[in-house]
Order: sequence, then C-alpha cells, then structure tokens
Amino acid sequence: MKKMLLVETKLYLRDWPSLAFSIALPVVLLVVLGLTIPGMGEATETGERFVDAQWPSLMVLLSLLTLVCSVLPAVLTTYREQGVLRRMSTTPVSPARMLTVQLVINLAVAVVATAILVVGTMLVFDAAPPGQWPGFVLVFLLGTAALMAMGLVIAALAPNGKAAPGIGSLVMFPLMFVAGMWIPRQAMPDALRTVSDYSVAGPFAQALKDTWAGHAPQPLHLIVMAAGLVVFGGLAVRLFRWE
Amino acid sequence: MKIIEVRNLRKQYPKHLAVDDVSFEVAEGEIFGILGPNGAGKTTTVECVAGLRAPDGGTVRVAGLDPRRDRAQLREVLGMQLQSANLPEKIKVWEALDLYASFYPDPADWNELLERVGLGHKRHTTFKKLSGGQRQRLSVALALVGRPRVAVLDELTTGLDPQARRDVWELVEQIRASGVTIVLVTHFMEEAERLCDRLALIDAGKVVATDTPAGLIEQVGGEQRVRFRPSAPVTDDVLLALPGVRAVERHGDQVAVSGAGNLAATVTLALARHDIVPGDLRIEQATLDDAFLALTGRKLS
Repeated sequence: MKKMLLVETKLYLRDWPSLAFSIALPVVLLVVLGLTIPGMGEATETGERFVDAQWPSLMVLLSLLTLVCSVLPAVLTTYREQGVLRRMSTTPVSPARMLTVQLVINLAVAVVATAILVVGTMLVFDAAPPGQWPGFVLVFLLGTAALMAMGLVIAALAPNGKAAPGIGSLVMFPLMFVAGMWIPRQAMPDALRTVSDYSVAGPFAQALKDTWAGHAPQPLHLIVMAAGLVVFGGLAVRLFRWE
Repeated sequence: MKIIEVRNLRKQYPKHLAVDDVSFEVAEGEIFGILGPNGAGKTTTVECVAGLRAPDGGTVRVAGLDPRRDRAQLREVLGMQLQSANLPEKIKVWEALDLYASFYPDPADWNELLERVGLGHKRHTTFKKLSGGQRQRLSVALALVGRPRVAVLDELTTGLDPQARRDVWELVEQIRASGVTIVLVTHFMEEAERLCDRLALIDAGKVVATDTPAGLIEQVGGEQRVRFRPSAPVTDDVLLALPGVRAVERHGDQVAVSGAGNLAATVTLALARHDIVPGDLRIEQATLDDAFLALTGRKLS
C-alpha cells in the first residue's frame, strides 16, 4: 500500500496540468479576482467582505470540483481503458486498492489546496482564520466525501479517458454556477437558490462560508451533503467497472 | 506431473458462446501452446485458467487450486501477461517492477529480472517511451516478478517486428529453462512451432487436436516432399521401394519424392548407396497451417 501510494503520488506530480488546475488556478483566482474586482473587499451591510469567507469558500469548491470532475475520473478511466486495473487484477493485490490510493491522493491534494487558500486569504486580505474551525473541518470532509463519490460515478459512466474531462466539465460548470460562482447565493432568485440548496455543491460552498465566518452550518446543508454521499456512493458501488 | 488441468470448459457471453468445450492438460516445465485463429476462444480460455473470468461449465485446476475459489493463492502461483494491458504512461520501468514486486510475499530480485529481459539500460525510461518489444519484455518481467510456477503469455508477439519477435522468443525459452511452466497463447503458426513442446489447436471454442507440433503435422499425414536433381539417372522403383515414400513425380530432370517419416534422410541415403548425388536438394514440410487446414477446413491466418 505504501509503495503504491508513493508511486501514484509521483505519477500525480509528473502530471503538472492536474496540479495547476486543482491547486494553482484557485489560488491565483482567489488573489487576482479578490484584489481586482470592485466591491470584493468592501464590507456589506452585515459587515462581512466577500473576500473574508464567501470568495475563498468558492475557490475551495473550485479546487475540489476540478479534482473530482476531471482529475480523478480521468486517471481512473484511463487506467481502466489501458488495462492498468486489469493487469493489477492478475496480481495478489486487488484493483480496489488502486481506487483507495487515488482517493487518498486526491484528498491530500484537496487538503493542501484548502490550506493554501485559508492561509492565502489570511495573508492577502488580512482576514480572520475560519471562525468555526471544527465545523469547517467537518463540512470540508463531508462535502469532499460526497463530491468524491460523485467523481467515482463520473469515472464509472465515462466511456474512456478522453471523454472523462468533457463529461466532468458538463457537471462542473453548472455546479459552480448554482454554488454562486457568478451570482452570489444571496442575490439569487428564490427558485434558483432552492435548486442551489439541493445541489450538494451549493450547500458545500454555503456551509464552508458559514463556518469560515464563524457561524454554525445549516442542518439542511449538512443533510443534503450526507444524502449526496449516500446516493453517489451507492451509485458508484453499483456502476463502477474495473475493465 | 500435471500442473494445469482443464476439463470441458465452457464460457457463454451474452451474445456468443466464446468457449464451447475445451479440455487439456499442461505438464510441469513445458511450454504449452494454445493456437487458433482470432476469436477462437483462446484468450477466454486462459482468462478462466487465471481466474479472471468465471466459467459457465467444466473444471479448471492450477497446481491443485480452483482459480475462482482459491483466487488469492492462485495469484501467487500463476503470473499472467495480458494481451494489451498497459501501464500508466509516466511510470518508469524500475518503478513498475518495484511496485509489482511489492504485491508478492516472496518476489524475485527485480534488478536481476530487469537484466534478464534485456531492459537493464531502460530502467529510468517511462512506459510511454518504450518500443513495442520493450513493453512486451517489461510485461513478461511483471508476470514473473512474483516467482510464479506458471506463466501465461497471451499474444506476446502480436504487433512486434520480426527482430523483436525473435528476441522475445529467446526470452521465453530462457524462462522455461529456469523451470517455469509456460502457457503461450498465439495465432502465429511459426511461433507455436518454434517454441511449444505441445499445443492445443482451438477453433470455434473447441479443441481440435492436442499434440506436439511434429505430431500434429504427422496426424494429418505429415506429408513431406523432397526435390532434387540426381547426378545420374535413378528409376522410380528404387525410390518407391523406400519406407514412407508415397509418390514420385518428375519435372524435366527434377525429381520430387513425397511421403512421410524421415523422408529426407531415407532418400539421400538410398541415393548415396547408388553413388548418386542429389543436386539442388530441397525439403518441403507440411506446417501447422496445413495441419490446421486439414483438421478444420479453415486457414489459420
């Protein structure tokens, strides 16, 4: 297990575009857009600035969606397509271990990206660290688990390694939209916000923001994420193919 | 001693019957070939032997193990090189071997294995940059890294150029010399003839015949033909009286003797007794292709 983790980590690091899109891009967007878009750094009527919690929460979501919609499905479908998983099934080690290793690596990358975003927010915008940090960690883990299960479903449905990122994008952009990337949730019409509330990504971004700003997450948002984990997890188990 | 026993194997896919009725035995230490045209059921057969697929009927035993029930133990006894199974593009040769060695409780020294398959100078090369022949040799090394008693090699040389093919054949012979039993799946007559101690001819999911390559050719008549230009006249009677000779034909001053058995030696010795030297001597032998054609009514390739 240790050796596979080591080798797969090396392979991951050799694939620089994945790293660029999952870590560097959200960090760059955080800083550049946070500093340049007018109003980002100004206090609203609640006294909070966009760059205090809302904007960095969306960047955490962006990083995670990149990982689960494009990086993870691309690796798994390519491995399936090229017979990497099949070759492993001829050894005493189950290809399920490869799945575990990939999930661990992607989780590690997500943790690193989130840590950089948290520290970056504090340093660049002189913001406070996540106020409700146990809640923040809980929300991060629950949302990440639900989204990873969704990534496995994408990997199961994608016919090959080339199609996977395309399908991932089709999932990722609508999710970023309903999560509030382009229209903040508070500015959404009620109908759209209701869609957002049940989209897993929406509750994830909102709950990250709430805990970041020092509030408790809304129960509805935790329930939707947990339900997402159960549904996508069940689908992934049912649909996943090794060859 | 039999290390593999397959009895009445049957495998039905949703749309077609891949393996109808296949039985064979492989003795420890031999190179056993499974030869047949594309789609004959060769790969499905060995996948059932390796426990990668569940048969619908029949029994399979490898070193006394049931490949489905004793899956875990089988993995340590049987190494398999799969047809068109790749590795991640950016993995280096040594990393792949090191990783696969870690899957087994008592792996081979992969450094030595790397030299043996002739990839010592490629240890830091990524999989993507290896040639077809080098990939196949790495694939063989990965199948051997767990010190298996049986290695299954599926379509090992398909897509390789003639030189790379010969290099891989030499490697297979070396592996056998080290005591590993080999099951070789191929649709190349030449490969089967050169490497296999015994082989099963498979067509449309059934074993047509199992024998040594020479035995199979002989089974269908083993027709040979010896052509030569005699240095002095020789009568048909002299040649027809020899054991195994069936017919004598003449084309100008060229004589063609056909028959079975050790024909070339018999004919040349007889000629020598009559002080005749055979000029332009040619021996044409029936091949496995001919045997396959005679047994199935179809061409192998």
